[in-house]
Amino acid sequence: MEAEAAKLIGAGLATIALAGVGVGIGNIFGAYIAGSLRNPAAAPKVFGNVLLGFALTEAIGLFALVIAMLILFVF
Amino acid sequence: MDLKIGGIDASITNSSVLMVAIVVLVTVFLIGGMRKRAMVPGRWQSMAELSYEFIADMLQDNVGPGARRFFPFVFTLFMFILSANLLGLAPLGHYSFTVTSHIIVTFALAAVVLTGVTITGFVVSGTKFLRLFMPSGVPIALLPFLIVIEILSYLVRPFSLSIRLFANMMAGHTMLKVFASFVIALGIIGGWAPFAFIVALTGLELGIAVLQAYVFTILTCIYLNDAFHPGH
Repeated sequence: MEAEAAKLIGAGLATIALAGVGVGIGNIFGAYIAGSLRNPAAAPKVFGNVLLGFALTEAIGLFALVIAMLILFVF
Repeated sequence: MDLKIGGIDASITNSSVLMVAIVVLVTVFLIGGMRKRAMVPGRWQSMAELSYEFIADMLQDNVGPGARRFFPFVFTLFMFILSANLLGLAPLGHYSFTVTSHIIVTFALAAVVLTGVTITGFVVSGTKFLRLFMPSGVPIALLPFLIVIEILSYLVRPFSLSIRLFANMMAGHTMLKVFASFVIALGIIGGWAPFAFIVALTGLELGIAVLQAYVFTILTCIYLNDAFHPGH
């Protein structure tokens, strides 16, 4: 298999990581919604943690993007 | 513009001009806001005070009272990253440029945070700082393995900090450019669809710009907390 084809396949495979990211982000906001429906008064206080959790999970997706870019353009 | 000071390449590039613009912008925002020190703040003063309070509260909540000394650093970090992210979205014509979309800039910031936090950890907590790598309640057999993993995950922190910011900024701008090329390619008839998407995406990018600045700063506070109160 030539390097170019392998690179494209590798970059495509790297996007499988996004499945985990999708599950993670859904989890965070699902938990926030469930919790804030039970205890609406506490919802604004914990929103900061929600954003932090979202950004950390999104970062994993972006690491996958960086790996895909590395595979495509650097090797 | 090429410029050599003492053998170091100090050329004035897009990146450096924008960084100077960031510093000027933040300085003007803060000093201008506090010029009339009214007891009941007007709008500008209110904004300057809000930004101060935001970071001060963040430090207080996450690190505790001993963190007052770090306020200038964390505040500077937050304002710099926030302005850098937002200025990248501003329409400055040909000179538009996102300072934080270059890994070297974000890595420099994250490396400073890492060295600062490590040195602070050793200065404030002494050798107890190494307790960070030994979580309590671990069976002895697993301990050496776990220490190696903990040290590795500590050393990965600046990389994850910097790559998170860099990838968010780079991915956002790349998507904007890709969809912009779709607008041109589809012409007058179909071009409005990608254009509407670009409008929505720019809104999202504005949110992400603020969010990433906030996340970088709050992670810095959390790492500082590790320096002050080591051990899980």
